[in-house]
Amino acid sequence: MVDISSLAGPLVNGILWGGLFALIGMGLSLVFGVMNLINVAHGDLVILATYFAFFLSTGIVLRHNLPLDIDPILSLVIIIPVMFGLGYAIQKFLLNRARTVSAEAPLIIAFGISLIIQNAALRLWTPMARRLTPPYALDVFIIGPVRIPLVYLIAFVAALIMVFLLREFLRRTYLGRAISATAQNKRASHLMGVNTGRVYSFAFAIAMAVAAVAGICLGLIFSFTPEKGIAFLIIAFGVVIIGGLGSMVGTLLGGIIMGLVMTFGGFLLDTRWQMLLLYLVVIVVLAARPQGILGR
Amino acid sequence: MEKRAQEISQEPLLKISNIDVFQGTFKALWDVSLEVKAGEIVGLIGANTSGKSTLLDTVSGLLHPVKGKIEFDGQDISTMDPFRIVELGITQVPEGRGIFPDMSVLDNLIMGSYSKRARSRKKENLENVYQHFPMLETRKKQTAKTLSGGEQQMLVLGRGLMADPKLMLLDEMSLGLAPIIITSLYKALQEIRERGITILFVEQNVRRSLQEADRAYILEVGRITLSGIAEELREEEEVKKAYFGV
Repeated sequence: MVDISSLAGPLVNGILWGGLFALIGMGLSLVFGVMNLINVAHGDLVILATYFAFFLSTGIVLRHNLPLDIDPILSLVIIIPVMFGLGYAIQKFLLNRARTVSAEAPLIIAFGISLIIQNAALRLWTPMARRLTPPYALDVFIIGPVRIPLVYLIAFVAALIMVFLLREFLRRTYLGRAISATAQNKRASHLMGVNTGRVYSFAFAIAMAVAAVAGICLGLIFSFTPEKGIAFLIIAFGVVIIGGLGSMVGTLLGGIIMGLVMTFGGFLLDTRWQMLLLYLVVIVVLAARPQGILGR
Repeated sequence: MEKRAQEISQEPLLKISNIDVFQGTFKALWDVSLEVKAGEIVGLIGANTSGKSTLLDTVSGLLHPVKGKIEFDGQDISTMDPFRIVELGITQVPEGRGIFPDMSVLDNLIMGSYSKRARSRKKENLENVYQHFPMLETRKKQTAKTLSGGEQQMLVLGRGLMADPKLMLLDEMSLGLAPIIITSLYKALQEIRERGITILFVEQNVRRSLQEADRAYILEVGRITLSGIAEELREEEEVKKAYFGV
């Protein structure tokens, strides 16, 4: 018999992990929803942002150790604009051009980007596992039987903020509406005077700005290596499949479900079963509700 | 119709000269020429797959002619991007399924005013649209896909007005709708024209087209086979035989 109060830990932490998973899933969902591209480089782009924060907080790059000591959360002031610009450039100069070649070309380009990031990170930072370790990295709140690491809470609050901002942006601005419109009916958005190439570039840029936030939260919670991108890409797939495309609230819900499956899987069975259980849940959702839990 | 004859200028607003257009590998338009003068309402009549929609898409810039020329207001727009064409004042109203299904009615209308030329006049255009279609105001918060077929058609028409166009291209307004709704839509169309917007509309129903239009063109398998003043076409033996079955 399981003690009920011992369930509180995995419950709370599962929900909080869900915030991070939602953050990673949001960018993937946006790019798929608007461009119909399965961005296989998404996980690597998230990890790239993590390494960027690692560099700014430790100064470590190649064999150098530069005198840098910028707090990871503070470093978002630099990393968000850089990732935004990188995303805009990738879409404008690579993916938009690839689209004119064939429908599959952008997917192959994305795969290439994934390989480039992985190998560049290997070269710059070695395959060693790293962590973002600001002074508060190990702070823990203890509420009754539950231990809540501060960084879990930070990730969850960041997810709520990003869901809110993205939702308001998509609903209230012309560019945001144009992004939704292009996702829903590309032909009609052309007829409304939407420059879809420009909309694509901004959509990818925004996805990368969210990926920057995801990357910092990831580095605060998990250790990372240059090859970690793929594992988080798969989690992001799960989030998007469960949450359904086009719904930010659905993405948050998808993230929380994934988080709960992981913590309860680890708690009730064994941490070795966590990932397998996760994939099983994704398959069950795909079979029962292919449009996701909230759908659209 | 005669009372407006003086208001119609002699210079064509839209001038299509001898265009050939491909839909993929299929040649959909052959040496098509057509003119619409400012202030006119012109009908483009033809059966399914006659190339009517292809013609509208070519004017909108979704397709480009491989031969010939399209001029608007004296400017060559044959190879222009769709979003630049919208800025010049050409708006296509697609048939009712051309809505943004998951956006609210109001957001659909706001998307109509996306172009720079229309944005500054968003507020007054929205009032105008609500005047033409009060239903759109009462349902502005509703998700567009929950509207009926006729209401969706009103929505795309209203959205077209939001673009503040000089020339409105209308695709198959009456597709699958009840006659009473079609009549009210065409009434709205005449009101839109009264406001000085030039109209080129596509229609399968010959009788309806010749009744609503000043002039009409008949398109058959990608070629213009007949054109003229709508009233005269109604009397023409050829048209009677071919289209009214008399």
